[in-house]
Amino acid sequence: MRKSFLQKLSAWYKGSYDFTLKTADHMDARMAHEYTGKEHKLREVERKELVFSGVLYNILCVLFCLIFIGVLLWSVLFLPPHGSPDNPAVNEVMERYVAAGMEETGAVNTVAGMILDYRAFDTLGESFVLFTAVCAVTILMNNTKESAADGTPIPMTVKPGIVEYSKDNIVRTVSRFLIPFIFVFGAYVLLNGHLSPGGGFSGGAILGSALILYAMVYGEDRAAAVFSERLIKTVVLISLSFYAIAKSYSFFTGANHLKSIISTGTPGRILSAGLILPLNIAVGIVVCCTMYSFYMYFRRGRIQ
Amino acid sequence: MFTSFEDLWVHLADNYIVVVSIILFGVGFTTLLFSRNLLKKVVGLNIMDTGVYLLLVSMGFIDGRHAPIIANGVTDTAHYINPIPSGLVLTGIVVSVSVTAIMLSLIVRLYEKYHSLNLDVIYELRNKEEHV
Amino acid sequence: MLRDLFASDFIHNFPLFAIILCLLCAVISFVLQGGGARRLTYILILIGMALNGSVLLHNLITGERFTYMMGHFPAPWGNEIAAGLLEPAFALLFGVVILCSITAGKNRISTDVRADKQHFYYILVDLAQVAMFALCYTNDIFTGYVFIEICTLASCGLLMIRNAGKPLVAATRYMIFNLIGSGMFLMGITMLYGVTGHLLFPQLQQAAASAWNSGAYHGIMILSIGLTVSGLAIKSGLFPFHFWMPDTYGTATPASSAILSGVISKGYIFLLIKIIYRVYGHSVFMETGIQNVLFLFGIAGMIVGSVSAIRAGTITKMTAFSSAAQIGYIFMGIGMGTREAMIAVFFHICAHAITKPVLFLSGGALIDASGGGRDFASLRGAAHRNPAAGLAFLCGSLSMIGFPIFTGFISKLYFALSAFAFPHKSMLVLLALAVSTILNVIYFMYVSVILYTGRPAPGKRVGVCRQKAFATAVFLLILVNVAIGLHSQPLTGLFELGLDLFLQL
Repeated sequence: MRKSFLQKLSAWYKGSYDFTLKTADHMDARMAHEYTGKEHKLREVERKELVFSGVLYNILCVLFCLIFIGVLLWSVLFLPPHGSPDNPAVNEVMERYVAAGMEETGAVNTVAGMILDYRAFDTLGESFVLFTAVCAVTILMNNTKESAADGTPIPMTVKPGIVEYSKDNIVRTVSRFLIPFIFVFGAYVLLNGHLSPGGGFSGGAILGSALILYAMVYGEDRAAAVFSERLIKTVVLISLSFYAIAKSYSFFTGANHLKSIISTGTPGRILSAGLILPLNIAVGIVVCCTMYSFYMYFRRGRIQ
Repeated sequence: MFTSFEDLWVHLADNYIVVVSIILFGVGFTTLLFSRNLLKKVVGLNIMDTGVYLLLVSMGFIDGRHAPIIANGVTDTAHYINPIPSGLVLTGIVVSVSVTAIMLSLIVRLYEKYHSLNLDVIYELRNKEEHV
Repeated sequence: MLRDLFASDFIHNFPLFAIILCLLCAVISFVLQGGGARRLTYILILIGMALNGSVLLHNLITGERFTYMMGHFPAPWGNEIAAGLLEPAFALLFGVVILCSITAGKNRISTDVRADKQHFYYILVDLAQVAMFALCYTNDIFTGYVFIEICTLASCGLLMIRNAGKPLVAATRYMIFNLIGSGMFLMGITMLYGVTGHLLFPQLQQAAASAWNSGAYHGIMILSIGLTVSGLAIKSGLFPFHFWMPDTYGTATPASSAILSGVISKGYIFLLIKIIYRVYGHSVFMETGIQNVLFLFGIAGMIVGSVSAIRAGTITKMTAFSSAAQIGYIFMGIGMGTREAMIAVFFHICAHAITKPVLFLSGGALIDASGGGRDFASLRGAAHRNPAAGLAFLCGSLSMIGFPIFTGFISKLYFALSAFAFPHKSMLVLLALAVSTILNVIYFMYVSVILYTGRPAPGKRVGVCRQKAFATAVFLLILVNVAIGLHSQPLTGLFELGLDLFLQL
């Protein structure tokens, strides 16, 4: 029996009809809705497979890629020529960084002086990008207390059959020899950030790789006994808070034209360049802990 | 601007770094957008970022000049390259490390749940789940 | 006396204090439990509101825009933040919306998020808030990029923290689109840096104008503007890229949906407006013709978003598609590019930011009251089961439709008025407004009638007393909505003054 529109409308108002449903039977609206939904989805998947079956999809993608690259290349032709000293980018900003950077920041490495003194706000944001990433990875991968919201147990990340490097004689011996050197090199890169290429991010990454190697070779349990979750949390907390507070002191004094108590020291000495060395250490610790926690979360779902 | 094909060719050859970085960007962008495999998408993301960083850092380079680390007290501007892009790329790299870590952990979780890396299959399974 | 207090120059420090406090609270919450982190976040947001409010008052009294050196080095060398009237106003608005969202969604947060991960939710809220403050205040394009990334990662975290299958798929999709957007944005500013050599807005604008006028860099400038604008448009969900929206907003915990649609996408749009006006310069932007593309996509988004909302089968998806339509309004206004249109755009950002969270939050409460069923059949008579949420949803819908006494009406009115001053396209704008309003009426009234009619399914009735936090937060937003709807003049004046200050170098 077909109903007129008005009849349908009044039925809908009373709650016995649903306009979003296409089936004739409205006795059990919810069941019907689910049924049609499923049918619809299956048909859609079939259609998708027909249109985008392998080859055609790939050809379209390659075509898109070529056109995209072509458009970009045509515009990029008008960029200032590569490597010329007359480029617009070579201007007073760059000149001051190079010519006066050592005097103003105390850093021999102009890049370190730039990212940690001239443009320190960016770098502050950057370390918090890492912090955000640690939080997000912890949310996803941490499975210490297995009671998921929907009740299904989350399987362990470590599957049987993963290579155990601690059983391998060659790897163990070589690593035992290498790890101290990696540590020393990392510390050197970290502490010399204001004097030579390097700094917090690269030094921290080297230190983090040493920790990861240690955890791989000596087993995660031994590593976890040394670097507990509590320790890592505390260290990250202290470093990031120190970073934020120290830098805001420097922003505050700078903006209000107050004299900062931090002196730049003699450029070239290890204890110089004002806040850059402590900031490098703080950043290095954060990066190191981040890398190590990424490894541990991916490897076994927890730091402990 | 370019009177002949040869001119264009010479210009492209002189700026080969820019050309390479644009190609990397395009390839990475297409992979990120169209690949159905999640891991390939992450690879594409990293290729795309590499392309941008290469372009950015090449903008700081000046022929015949040295790295911007003051050596032997020479603070003459004409002696060093532009340090700004290097600093910006450093920031960018940290960002892409973070993003990659998050994407990979999402993929691990999705694989544990749906046993597939293919986005279409995952959507299909998800929709079935929705209607059961 | 009070006037002198707010005129003091010390207030220039307040944006910095707000940003640093957010960062510190995020780090401290790392070692706290869920409850402590929540309380800390509340305190932080209240302090942030006070600080931003003081900056707003200060700038209203002095009538000037100030820049603040982040460090010891002046503009082209060091980082800078700047505040006129629009920046603190939007920072304040975002703070209010975040506060109301997490207050109203508190119960759902505690059920949706695992107990040992509760504090991460509040860390991510803190980080999203700091990103919003920084996007509002920044005067440096690379700082903008860094905080866009914090914003992306934090919002992805807010989505996937609900540890089930569907939010994970939605978060993956959201991340992919956002990463494409970030990549394009970074490429755009890289090219801009190549032709200008500056990163701070005032110098950048001068250099960009001279690069454009020299004529040698037209192609690269157009490409750069195109990449930057489309990157931010993808991130805020403009029409062809709105497909992530229903998934994302439909599966997350209601507080997250509210924050994402009410605050985060608006933050990107505010940065976009800032870049158009203060980086490329409005005249250069209008010469490129990109505004016409935005205009067309905006109109298409208005229609397609509304049509998809009508076809959507669940209340959350419908609300999400309606977001896509509202983003379309905003981009249509940006595409019109006149002064009146920009006022309408700011008004609409404001209206949508305070209305959409109400819809998501009350929608979530109604779903809860109906035993978790999202489809319309199980939502029959839900407003009788939860009267507070039903009333809130009705008010939100009326505001979205553009019913007088609500803010939505004022913004549509301003859009229509600005269309008359826009000779070639006025018919198109008016037609789009009319069609989209009719479509809005269809789907919002459809749901409202469903909520209030039919035989209510047996279920427990949730009184107002059982959900004080929810009712307070949602009705605070509705109160603000009605207040602005009834007295729009002060806000319009603020936006006009703000736009004038915004255009100053």
